[in-house]
Amino acid sequence: MRLIIVAGPPSTGKTAVIRQIIRSMPESRFAYLKIDVVVATEDEELAAEFNIPTKKVYSGDLCPDHAGIMVMDDALTWAEEKNADYLIVESAGLCLRCTPYTTQALGIVVLSAVSGINSPVKMAPMIALADIAVVTRVDLVTQAEKEVFREKIKGISSEVEIVETNAIQGTGLRFLIRAITEGPEVTDSKSITLKGIPPLGVCTVCIGKRSIGWQNHFGVIRKLDGADYLFRGE
Amino acid sequence: MTENIIHDITILSGKNRKGEPEGFDEIHIKPGDTISIVGPTGSGKSALINDIEIFASRDTVTGRQILVNGKVPPEHFIRDPAKKPVAMITQNTRCLCDLTVEEFLLMHIRSRGYHDQDLIDETVLLANQFTGEAIRRKVRMTQLSGGQTRSLMVADAILISNTPIVLLDEVENAGIFKDRVIEALRRYHKALLFVTHDPLVSLLSDRRIVMQDGAVVKVLTPNGSEQSALKQMLEYDAAMAHIRELIRAGELITKAVTA
Repeated sequence: MRLIIVAGPPSTGKTAVIRQIIRSMPESRFAYLKIDVVVATEDEELAAEFNIPTKKVYSGDLCPDHAGIMVMDDALTWAEEKNADYLIVESAGLCLRCTPYTTQALGIVVLSAVSGINSPVKMAPMIALADIAVVTRVDLVTQAEKEVFREKIKGISSEVEIVETNAIQGTGLRFLIRAITEGPEVTDSKSITLKGIPPLGVCTVCIGKRSIGWQNHFGVIRKLDGADYLFRGE
Repeated sequence: MTENIIHDITILSGKNRKGEPEGFDEIHIKPGDTISIVGPTGSGKSALINDIEIFASRDTVTGRQILVNGKVPPEHFIRDPAKKPVAMITQNTRCLCDLTVEEFLLMHIRSRGYHDQDLIDETVLLANQFTGEAIRRKVRMTQLSGGQTRSLMVADAILISNTPIVLLDEVENAGIFKDRVIEALRRYHKALLFVTHDPLVSLLSDRRIVMQDGAVVKVLTPNGSEQSALKQMLEYDAAMAHIRELIRAGELITKAVTA
């Protein structure tokens, strides 16, 4: 079985890309897991359209990428039980700091060309550890912007493969499909680890403290002037 | 495109929506050619230029294959927009950057690794031949009209992208002088494919690809046989342009207008 992890900000076309992947590979068996915060219907849509096993997890008060990391191992077991050739995990796409990609998997980041030429820089961690960057809605922007967008992605990671598409039409996706079929296989699910290091520690904000100002918090703190991050605690 | 000179793009035929073969074997496109693609809505016009844009390799719904200089093109032609020999401009193409015209063009020039500042002037100058409303360098891209934007995109494709093939998808109603666009693309020795419903554009082209049910049914080469209709359409077009200007200037049109 192969694991595909799809990340990217909300509304960039992650699900549209996934639809095209499933549509382009009619011979393969897919299982799909959606991780979201409050509402997601993609699992029902894909199950209805392609008749594939799907699941969703609502992270609720938990960070969605954290939730994804927690359930990933169970999800692999579930997909194996369903005899899937590919498990596609779609992230909520909320955090631009985390990278949900793991070893023994193909990491795909989906970016929208209409989100502005500086958007790749703002989600650098999500791009840096991805294997493939799929740029959607390229039909809507000028040639100049396409070229600059591509350079910005290359500036973050010269390794990442870039695929440009109009995901609704499915143009240009043959390179993505090739990368998927040639992607890594899950050989030992127990040894899968995150590719990147997650952001530092749980802080007092995460656990529900509402006061503002570093004096009221513990963990990694920061002052406005001078110092970088400091650790405050026992 | 400095590394390879493109002298021929070949379209190898695919199938229509019923799976029947198309009405041609090969279509050759050479620099300086102007080709219009006509047919009813939904007949597959945009799919044809999409095939060319992505250099289809029997892997799209149409099953067509596109060759460059008689060969399957190298992958970077398709994947790197700066190396791609095709520029496509559609009615949806927008500029999202909130930059001035000169900053926008400079951004594109720099991303290509050029250092020629005169290119900005040349591009604006060429764009202004295509549009009735002059584009100024200091205006923000987002404030340009639809016609000005498309004029600038075409000029940018000709001079900065400098791609040998330009694909235009139904941009005719967007306030650009299409006859001048066609003339400029010929002058700069570009191959132009125009998806169009516009009679004048169709008659101005050297060849006409006729689409039906997802497939090419005919390729017409008028070879001058449409001259009288073309002359008439040019007169109509001039008359339309004239009356449009009068209406925009706030005039009351009380008698028939002749061009």
